[in-house]
Amino acid sequence: MYQHTRLSNNSFGFFQKFKNFDYILLSCILLLGFISLTTMYSTDGGKILFHTKSHFTKLIVFTIMMLIISFINIKFWFTIGYFSYLVVIGLLVWTFLFGITSSGSQRWIDLYFINLQPSELMKIFIILCLAKYFHRMKLENVNSLYTILTSLIIIILPMGLVIVQPDLGTSLLIAISGVAVLWFAGINNRYFIYTMLGFVISLPFIIAFLKPYQKLRVLTFLNPDRDPLGAGYQIIQSKIAVGSGGIFGKGFLKGTQSYLEFLPEKHTDFIFTLFSEEFGFVGSVILLLIYAIIIYRIVAIGASARSYFAKIFCYSFGAAIFVYITINMSMVLGLLPIVGSPLPIMSYGGSSMLATMIGFGIVMSAKVHNQQAIA
Amino acid sequence: MINSSSDNVKKLGSINRRMFITGSLKFLVMIGLVSRLFFLQVKENKKYLTLSDKNRIREWKLAPVRGEFHDYFGNVIAGNFEAYQLHVIPEQVEDFRYVIYRLKDLLELSEKEFQKVLKKKNEIKPWETLIVSDNLDWNKFSKINNHLYDLNGVKPVISISRNYPFGDNFTHVLGYVSQANEKDIENNEVVKKNFVPGLKIGKVGLEKSFENQLIGTNDIERYEVNAYGRRISQLEFQKGEKGKTLKLTVDVEIQKLSNELLKDQAGSICVMDIFTGEIIAMHSSPSFDPNLFVFGISQDDWQIIRNDPMKPLVNKTLQGNYSPGSTIKPIVALSALENGIINKNFTVKCTGKTEMYGQTYHCWKKEGHGFVSLRNAMKQSCDTYFYEISRRLGVDKLSETAKKFGLGEKVFGDLFNIEKKGLIPNTEWKKNALGKGWLLGETMITGIGQGYIQTTPIQLCLMTAQIANGGYKIYPKIIYGDENKNQPEDKYTPLYQNSKNIKIIQDAMFGSTNEVMGTSYRSRIDDLKYQFAGKTGTAQVKKITERDRELDLKTFEIPYEERDHALYIAYGPYINPRYALSVLVEHGGNGSTTAAPMAKKLFKLIIDRHQLRESINNKKYLEI
Repeated sequence: MYQHTRLSNNSFGFFQKFKNFDYILLSCILLLGFISLTTMYSTDGGKILFHTKSHFTKLIVFTIMMLIISFINIKFWFTIGYFSYLVVIGLLVWTFLFGITSSGSQRWIDLYFINLQPSELMKIFIILCLAKYFHRMKLENVNSLYTILTSLIIIILPMGLVIVQPDLGTSLLIAISGVAVLWFAGINNRYFIYTMLGFVISLPFIIAFLKPYQKLRVLTFLNPDRDPLGAGYQIIQSKIAVGSGGIFGKGFLKGTQSYLEFLPEKHTDFIFTLFSEEFGFVGSVILLLIYAIIIYRIVAIGASARSYFAKIFCYSFGAAIFVYITINMSMVLGLLPIVGSPLPIMSYGGSSMLATMIGFGIVMSAKVHNQQAIA
Repeated sequence: MINSSSDNVKKLGSINRRMFITGSLKFLVMIGLVSRLFFLQVKENKKYLTLSDKNRIREWKLAPVRGEFHDYFGNVIAGNFEAYQLHVIPEQVEDFRYVIYRLKDLLELSEKEFQKVLKKKNEIKPWETLIVSDNLDWNKFSKINNHLYDLNGVKPVISISRNYPFGDNFTHVLGYVSQANEKDIENNEVVKKNFVPGLKIGKVGLEKSFENQLIGTNDIERYEVNAYGRRISQLEFQKGEKGKTLKLTVDVEIQKLSNELLKDQAGSICVMDIFTGEIIAMHSSPSFDPNLFVFGISQDDWQIIRNDPMKPLVNKTLQGNYSPGSTIKPIVALSALENGIINKNFTVKCTGKTEMYGQTYHCWKKEGHGFVSLRNAMKQSCDTYFYEISRRLGVDKLSETAKKFGLGEKVFGDLFNIEKKGLIPNTEWKKNALGKGWLLGETMITGIGQGYIQTTPIQLCLMTAQIANGGYKIYPKIIYGDENKNQPEDKYTPLYQNSKNIKIIQDAMFGSTNEVMGTSYRSRIDDLKYQFAGKTGTAQVKKITERDRELDLKTFEIPYEERDHALYIAYGPYINPRYALSVLVEHGGNGSTTAAPMAKKLFKLIIDRHQLRESINNKKYLEI
């Protein structure tokens, strides 16, 4: 198939791998890690407390893991594409049956050293699975009913398992990851348009099925001042924090909104708010720029990859990361209703970081093994 | 192979095309996010910065320091003192139960007080201040200070509070302060603005009238607080301004003498400068100690004051509507002269009583005064004479003159909201108020200050002052040094048509006090320096029946509530007069025996202090 014969299949030496490393991507990830660590330090009130320590440990462990992953041949990831998906589905079922319940939803598996949230992992492994599925498919087969149905099942199965937890936000993010793959695989545009129309038409029915707290979130989003001390509190306080940051911010460790505890969820979903308050418009734009470079590198790696699997994975992963960032920031900036969605790497939370790092690792592996063709 | 290769090319094309589409979308969304950030952080920054400050900064206002009241000589009559208080911040106390019981022992709190403190504690947040005691004596305060080592979280505090050094002497002039209640806050914007829990504001008297000037402005402490309202750090301390200190025209010594003279009696004394209208003394008896109200009066004390039959809560000088009795006679005579009804030689024969339409009108002297002229009638206070001239004069003309001299009007305008207008009746008034026609007999008794006519002691004093100064209009005032503003245009305008008439009245009043047969002859002072002229008055409280006349009881034989009110008006010194006064003793019996002797003592002191008063005035010019 589409391959060069210049290099034999498995002739990647250790040093060659090092040479092939994407150092821009790596340094951006490390920089992001550093920023997230300092921000976490700030959420702990300028002390090295639980969140900082825990975040630091995870950052170290998962970065090393990412490096290890990147040294494993991309072929391996292709091979375990379906298997890993099934394993995560298994974990989701396990969560459904024996998961830990916290604040009203059953999302976690107790692994003794870490509480794993399989729905976060699904965000990556669904891409892996679908990328493998479409890797060898001819373009004319892509739009066949069979293919579409199969891929929809692959998407809807984990979605369903996550919705029942209940965790609407993550299930939507999983769906978006999956749909991204379908888009890059070449599913006809009109299907997307039809789906979109169908969604808009069925919106009233969906709203009818929403849980009261979810409806409240939507209403609150539409008008945060409806209940400023209740449901609207998060959005209002978040906007105040970001807005009061100004051009250069209030300064490191000087974010009054956060250290005086006006900000909710400042370690996790609202971490950007704190960052933005302390470092202002300039800091926020720099952070966005770092994310932009990371996404750009991911896409660039995809573009230079020799296999469709790697291409599809990189493009979709890049798009997914982008969507996570956008949703998180839009939510924090009052552009979207509050849905639980962490900011990749920045937010506190092991599973999310694990998933993101696995993703980075596979992308890096694609770069290191960019001459690798997959039969 | 070619097929698959062409498929590959197509696939590659598709995926790259879509990658570019996605890339452009990402770019647009990124721009959207950045512009949102720009909007929030740059464009709307001010708004959110304000909101964030509003979140984190909270102001604590401290009670403002109230302005003082000084008398004419600079004596503090309402000042501030340092109250020793005990504050506890429950959160800072390790073992609240232990500390509070320890405090109970040390302060010797009664069970009732103790429960009150515990109740207060439950109402506040743990980081707020609990005031255990708001006015400790020095002994207990120092005792607490000695035991501070095992009273963690207990703070002895010195706070500024109202103090009236002269006790009950100025109560009816100044009023008193007490904790502001909801109504006070609602009705006064300035109080609302400066309100802090425990703020004390004027409830009556000048303390109330000048609230807005006295109150001062708050000290403001700005604290950074967290989302739960706990103070994190102090950001700023803004010193407030002390309220304005007001200088009064009153003289502490004369006020004190007035209080002494009226001791154990109900009544009023007021003294006025006849040219400037300055109030030298103004006292209503009985009085009460305003200091009792500062920290909230106890129920027992309040009941004692409230239920006192002599009504200490009533300011008799301003609120008391009394029949003026014979003290109205100078005005009746003046009115008759002014209207040309009589001249000073007009004579009436007094036989002790007059008949009119079958009704008998008695003179106070049963056997009658014989033939009396105006001067003699005034001197001996002959009722028959005044029945006659008022009959000729008519009530409408009389009321006109009386009103000119300040009767039937509020003397201080709006200064004291409790002041009463009194009542100067005329035919029109009776028609409107009672719907009946005026009777001639009513004119006659009005002529001796009985019947419908009612005046307040301050009005009588003003009337006397305006006779004494030669018949010129003056405006009484009690706040020193506000001449320049709101000077009424008709100040010092003549109230007479012929100044000779005023002289006649003055001369008659001189006779009444300084000549044999005069009603207040026994209270005269012969020394020209102190010599004064006056007019007695005895106001009946109830109608005298024939039986009463036969019995002719002495004052002490009559039940208290039925005794006559004793009145006296006077001015002095007779040569170059300067001061006028009015004395009223409720149920005092007789003007000449009860009220006039007080005037004698007062004039002695007033004129002795005149030099000193003048020197204060002159010093003002010297300093310039």
